[in-house]
Amino acid sequence: MNITFLLNGETVTTDVAPTATLLDWLRAHPQLTGTKEGCNEGDCGACSVMVTDTNGARSLNACILFMPQLNGKAVRTVEGMSDADGTLHPVQQAMIDHHGSQCGFCTPGFVVSMATAHLNGATDHDTQLAGNLCRCTGYAPIIRAAEAVQELPVPTWVNDTPHLGAQDKLAEAASFASLDDFADWYVANPEATLIAGATDVGLWVTKQMRDLEEVAFLAHVPDLAAIIDTGDTLHIGAMATMTDVGAAVADTLPSYAEMIRRYGSTQVRNAATIGGNIANGSPIGDNPPALIALGATLHLRRGAERRAMPIEDFFVAYGQQDRVAAEFVEAVSLPKEAAALRCYKLSKRFDQDISAVCGCFNVEVADDTVRSARIAFGGMAGTPLRASGCEAALLGQPWTPETIEAATEAMTSDYTPMTDMRASADYRMQAAQNMLRRYFHDLAGAPTSVLEVSL
Amino acid sequence: MSVRNPLPHDAAALHVTGAARYVDDVPMPAGTLHLAFGTSEIAHGTLADLDLSAVWSADGVVAVLTADDMPFENDVSPSVHDEPMLCTGEIMYYGMPLFLVVATSHHAARHAAAKAKASFDALPAILTIDDALAVDSRFEDVPRIYEKGALEDGFAAASHRISGSFEMGGQEHFYLEGQAALAMPQENGDMVIQSSTQHPTEIQHKVAHAIGVPMHGVRVEIRRMGGGFGGKESQGNALAVACAVAARHTGAPCKMRYDRDDDMMITGKRHEFRVAYDIGFDDDGRLHAVDFTHWARCGWAQDLSLPVADRAMLHADNAYLLDHLRITSHRMKTHTQSATAFRGFGGPQGMLGIERVMDHVAHALGMDAAQVRRVNYYAAAGENDAQTTPYHMPVTDFELHAMTDELLAQSDYTARRAAIADWNAGSPILKRGIAFCPVKFGISFTLTHLNQAGALVHVYQDGSIQLNHGGTEMGQGLFQKVAQVAASRFGVDMDHIRIMATDTGKVPNTSATAASSGTDLNGMAVQAACDTIRERLAVFHAERAGVTANDVQFNDNQVIAGDHSMTFAEAVMLAYQARVSLSSTGFYATPDVEWDRIAGRGRPFFYFAYGAAISEVVVDTLTGENRILRTDILHDAGASLNPALDIGQVEGGFVQGAGWLTTEELVWDDTGRLRTHAPSTYKIPACGDRPDVFNVDLWDGRNREDTIYRSKAVGEPPFMLGNAVFFALSDAVAASGATYPDLQAPATAEAVLAAVGRAQS
Repeated sequence: MNITFLLNGETVTTDVAPTATLLDWLRAHPQLTGTKEGCNEGDCGACSVMVTDTNGARSLNACILFMPQLNGKAVRTVEGMSDADGTLHPVQQAMIDHHGSQCGFCTPGFVVSMATAHLNGATDHDTQLAGNLCRCTGYAPIIRAAEAVQELPVPTWVNDTPHLGAQDKLAEAASFASLDDFADWYVANPEATLIAGATDVGLWVTKQMRDLEEVAFLAHVPDLAAIIDTGDTLHIGAMATMTDVGAAVADTLPSYAEMIRRYGSTQVRNAATIGGNIANGSPIGDNPPALIALGATLHLRRGAERRAMPIEDFFVAYGQQDRVAAEFVEAVSLPKEAAALRCYKLSKRFDQDISAVCGCFNVEVADDTVRSARIAFGGMAGTPLRASGCEAALLGQPWTPETIEAATEAMTSDYTPMTDMRASADYRMQAAQNMLRRYFHDLAGAPTSVLEVSL
Repeated sequence: MSVRNPLPHDAAALHVTGAARYVDDVPMPAGTLHLAFGTSEIAHGTLADLDLSAVWSADGVVAVLTADDMPFENDVSPSVHDEPMLCTGEIMYYGMPLFLVVATSHHAARHAAAKAKASFDALPAILTIDDALAVDSRFEDVPRIYEKGALEDGFAAASHRISGSFEMGGQEHFYLEGQAALAMPQENGDMVIQSSTQHPTEIQHKVAHAIGVPMHGVRVEIRRMGGGFGGKESQGNALAVACAVAARHTGAPCKMRYDRDDDMMITGKRHEFRVAYDIGFDDDGRLHAVDFTHWARCGWAQDLSLPVADRAMLHADNAYLLDHLRITSHRMKTHTQSATAFRGFGGPQGMLGIERVMDHVAHALGMDAAQVRRVNYYAAAGENDAQTTPYHMPVTDFELHAMTDELLAQSDYTARRAAIADWNAGSPILKRGIAFCPVKFGISFTLTHLNQAGALVHVYQDGSIQLNHGGTEMGQGLFQKVAQVAASRFGVDMDHIRIMATDTGKVPNTSATAASSGTDLNGMAVQAACDTIRERLAVFHAERAGVTANDVQFNDNQVIAGDHSMTFAEAVMLAYQARVSLSSTGFYATPDVEWDRIAGRGRPFFYFAYGAAISEVVVDTLTGENRILRTDILHDAGASLNPALDIGQVEGGFVQGAGWLTTEELVWDDTGRLRTHAPSTYKIPACGDRPDVFNVDLWDGRNREDTIYRSKAVGEPPFMLGNAVFFALSDAVAASGATYPDLQAPATAEAVLAAVGRAQS
């Protein structure tokens, strides 16, 4: 299909295969080889590029970014971070001055992530750079470089304006005048692969080497990414990125927001959508346990027909969801506030790691008695699953350590976790039970997170 | 002088702009073909049938090669010719290359390779150390044993005795740039190779054998690697040989790079070890008897496993004078990837064994583990030159007493240790811990003949200088440090020097850039070459000025001979016009080293490099989650050639070492399939995993041996500073109960929680 975008400030129009990745294209066609392939699955950041659209500039992993996703946008690679006369971007100069590169292979990706964070005024460097792996430096000099330039002005040459005119040139198969249009198209093409942020589908192509026949890029569907605040409810469109979701819940659901901060990486959250994370039905997706604990409602649509369901009902079994052909996730709605919600993401590494266990707890206690309990886990079963036995053991009981112990015991009947490369079955069960114990201490205000200990 | 200056990496400006070229970035000749391996999906067995028809008919496929198509040697082993590049019938591990696809693009080759239909007759697979012990599957007929003193005397003198056993996992290198090679066929059947390798001469050697030409028919070049860490000492052989064979077969240039998953499934990793110990000690914590048994999981081929396991034995003492000791080392052969070199080369595994003993003894005695360590130190340099290592080498340069004093004081260790105990008393769920660990690491290749290096220096008539040596640049800053040596020898600024790609046509018969030896060896060789040219210039200008050659000075880009003062460029031009040779080779062979690896006796190392670290951590006793809060390091780089680059090695080495012992877990399933074969499942430290507070200083010292400007090697030793994190975790877990926690490595959250359970039992 034919797409148009800005590349380092210059207009590019090109005919591309729908699942051609930006990384492959950059390295083969303009031969911009500064952008590196480190893993080809969005986990190392060596291919980071800055993409600007009407929402601003964001870093993305070029290895799992399909070319049609760029239509109408502006792309800036490491080669475009210095001025045309060779003047270095401040982060480039700081990386030299602070010895932030050794082998240099990850460096272009770091420079792009740092320059994007710098452009956006972000100074939470560890979070901004969690998606960029370096094997040489131990990161200390890179952070020194980032800190050294955080107050400096943004160089004018990295300010991109998206190539909006390209909207007119969208190829027919992937262009929809409205959400209704798309819904109708999907009814007519129910076998099509829907591509949201491509953080999952990207790997079908790069790792499983699947040939996708018919695809639809949901980024080209209007009105699917809106987040609507109705006062006590957030109605989140399926195409809202995890970055946007994180921002939407930051004030009122801080524990969910903190879990989202550790979800993927900055680059992944900039691409990944909440709808994609729900629709793929993964037992280890991090949103579903939180949404189940919140009592969220899932909104599905097929053509003009809409239906809503408690989100836990969507996950029928491993690899099976309550979704008929041509039906798609349109939105999810959730309570805007839940003071007792706590989300515990347990993984080998804190950042950019898939959970071994993700436990989300939302227990309301009044007069020292449990009035309601919604507890859900990822990583404990073939689907994200409520801990119904555990909840039952809590409901109506006094909020005491004895009740907690009884409820942890009940959890053994809720789950039969598996052993895999992330954790053993026994550890998963023990950790899940201990998360409930942690929750008890956490609500009481005791320190329970190693991330919150500082010297 | 340029040496001692904290100059940036020579390629820093290229790195940050994306202009630095790696093998995959080099513009390809027209018509370049691309390769991919098809690999086995069982760990052990025979290939019953291999139907490649769908591979042949896939888009873009030019050729498909099997072992039968290898024209000469089908071997990529760096040691004993036991490593066929393509399977010859017996499948030896899950991921073993079976056939080679040659296609018009990287994607076409990968897609085609996935289309083979192979059937296997499976045989029982030996996957673990226990599996191998059960059937006595090993390299070498007998275990290697090093002994000193008499164990029974030591145990007799000891008032306490403990024993234990613990496991430490392997480690994936995770160089950010995967393995890559490009072969370009030349006239006469010759081959030019670009290879991402730490060992160009080995590539040259293996390619020559594979295509049936003498070594002079193969030239290997490497500008830089995107990380090596030992993973490109031998693991690039297969790609370079595949490219050369395919290029010979098709007549076209051929390129191969592994997709990350292929890279991790095919290539070797750090050796997994089990270390058992039986220890006699007294009330002061002094060790009197140390009986170690090592089991190394070596994988399917020998590769470098014998010297790796040897080096583990050679570091079983670390910083401690042990009078009665025995180390027994078993090298187990398994149906897994062939374990290979990785920063430290067995040293970390051996060292972790004795550090674990120190931790266990301290717990048994209720002593501060730092105190137990100090009690057992070698005597300081000059105080007991007769003291020897377990392999009977005198230790005459021990720096750690003064370094330890300084680090403990600087980091306020004693007060913090008390404060942590107080904090833990009031914190039921979270526990903090702190540990001090020293490092003593032996510098030199234990295969003595490898301790040599060559250089080739050209001074051009305009005064610019071209620098060639046998070392390879993988990010460690070797090129810049050696260039600083050259600039210092000629008294010129760094902009006079151009550092060239490593090229077997420029400098022959090189050793791998490994064993931390790059600067020590190549710096000396470059110094020799520069001094030869400088001496010729001095003689020439002395004669013109009527002074002696010794009086000619090379400083500040000037050459001064008596009354004659001129720029270096002018001095060079005059010499050129007078027909003085301005090019020279240089050569260096490390003196005084000799080693008998069977007897376990000799001087395998020219000297030792030292370091010390203190880490503080916090552990969640409910989940085992843990984090480094602070690390203080004092490291001995001798008189540093470039303190900035050396500190970079220390910071990076520490974090890599901490990663090995915490989040980096390799998991094979019951079929022998590696399940952690990409960064989605194998977790190296990320940005937020470095210590919150991270203080790194270099020890103000100088090498007591005559090394290049009295510096010390710095590549590997800092890796083992990460041990402090492991023992800080052990300390934190120990605060949750009375029993010794017996923490296993890597200390993932799961392993830490298991240790909490033991501590509380």
